[in-house]
Amino acid sequence: MNLQHILDGLFPAGHDVSVHGQLVAGCAQTALGTVTVLGTTDAAAIGHDIALGLAGRVLDVVDEHPGRPIVFLVDTKGQALSRAEELLCLNGSLAHLARCVDLARRQGHTSLALVTGEAVSGGFLSFGLMADKTYALADAQVRVMDLKAMARVTKIPYERLQELAAESPTFAPGAENYLRMGAIEAIWDAPRAALLEAALAGQQAAGPAADERMARGAERGGRHLAAATAAAVVSA
Amino acid sequence: MNAPVANKLVLRRSYFEASARARVAAVLDAGSFREFLPPEASEPSPHLAVLDIPGAFDDGVIVGAASLGGRPVLVIAQEGQFMGGAVGEIHGAKIVGLLRRAVQDKPAAVIFMADSGGVRLHEANAGLIAISEVMRAVLDTRAAGVPVIALVGGSCGAFGGMGIVSRLCSAIVMSEEGRLALSGPEVIETVAGVEEFDSKDRALVWRVTGGKHRYLTGDCAELVEDDAASFRDGAIALLSGWQKPMPASSTLRAEQARLTERRQRFAGLRDGLDVWQALGVAEPRQIPLMDRDSLVALKKGLPA
Repeated sequence: MNLQHILDGLFPAGHDVSVHGQLVAGCAQTALGTVTVLGTTDAAAIGHDIALGLAGRVLDVVDEHPGRPIVFLVDTKGQALSRAEELLCLNGSLAHLARCVDLARRQGHTSLALVTGEAVSGGFLSFGLMADKTYALADAQVRVMDLKAMARVTKIPYERLQELAAESPTFAPGAENYLRMGAIEAIWDAPRAALLEAALAGQQAAGPAADERMARGAERGGRHLAAATAAAVVSA
Repeated sequence: MNAPVANKLVLRRSYFEASARARVAAVLDAGSFREFLPPEASEPSPHLAVLDIPGAFDDGVIVGAASLGGRPVLVIAQEGQFMGGAVGEIHGAKIVGLLRRAVQDKPAAVIFMADSGGVRLHEANAGLIAISEVMRAVLDTRAAGVPVIALVGGSCGAFGGMGIVSRLCSAIVMSEEGRLALSGPEVIETVAGVEEFDSKDRALVWRVTGGKHRYLTGDCAELVEDDAASFRDGAIALLSGWQKPMPASSTLRAEQARLTERRQRFAGLRDGLDVWQALGVAEPRQIPLMDRDSLVALKKGLPA
């Protein structure tokens, strides 16, 4: 689904969003007022430039538009894979972006991430999974690694992994699995303003978001151990 | 009386080679550690069992309470010798639980001995989500006024999501042997080719991801010898001088400026040698040969 179609669907009241390389930035009108739109498109590989570009814009929103909601659009095939990126501590720039998203939350900005295309590993961790809540479009692809590559690395036959994937959401790619495990709040059939506005309004009413993904995963039957294990450590 | 030098030689214990339990015993005050969910009170990962892979009762991470230099601390120690310290559902949840406990108990610090390649592929989704939860929990802990100190010097380094987590901590203490990055050299070589990154070239791997490089570029706070006692001393020194951090908004503005400037200044460089030269090091080729104290002195003398 192309970006223009997604933006028109989410923001029929109007948007002023531009694309810089693969970085998406701008603002849009919603029933809740103006929101900031930030993210990536065309399955961007997240390197220093995109990470710092997004981080700087998050800091700008915090400084210039206190409390304005932020909608992150996620389409990333993961982190950029190069020696030059690692030489300058790419994990540090991704951590910096994550801290900026976290700062916005603490300063009272409601945030929501929508996976529009791909969401993979480091790229997903640095902003998509840092928002208050994460949603995905129905055709989104969410994963750490595809099953064939996983079979190669783990030396477990591909057929066996496929078989197990039918029973368990723990390792196989798919937004549905992340929904069951509590990391994706809901899957949207299409980019629609009504869904976005209801989600933002719900989050604003609920107030500052605590991380409730473990509890969601337990309720939905996709992640049985995490919540109880963490609670046992707290009370040990 | 013992000669101090001989004494040091006798007591020296490689942090790199030690198990997580040996690190816990050697870094923290002797006898002070109390483990939460010890192996006898835990179950190994059922996600590994279903794949016929032997599990570990602690799932590759030890969490508990201890004291460090007399201060109460909470402790996380990843076991690199079990599945490369990789994060699965239980492993991650133990870390999140420990950090949430720190928000309640307000210890003097959380000591996070990272030794991990990142997400455990056998539990890929659970591992990725757990790392995201650890990221938020680290920031919650810091926001509650409890510093989180990462120690990076294990055989698996801190890669993938654990590389991100380490950089979210308040400070990193690292040895020359420690490695800190996002993608491992093997992954980059597999995807982009051996010309991009030769993962068998150990010297190159250290010049790109190793402790001396991260120290010179300001990505870790302290450089220590590969010795449990040195990690202990480094962590104690950091906590002794600990000052309440500036508000996150001004800290992050400064970090944004530092990272942006660095990105421009070192654009196109692909080897630590080139970065060190650009930093003003007169003889970059000597860096890998220098001992820790000489390197720390050299860094102090570099132009700001």
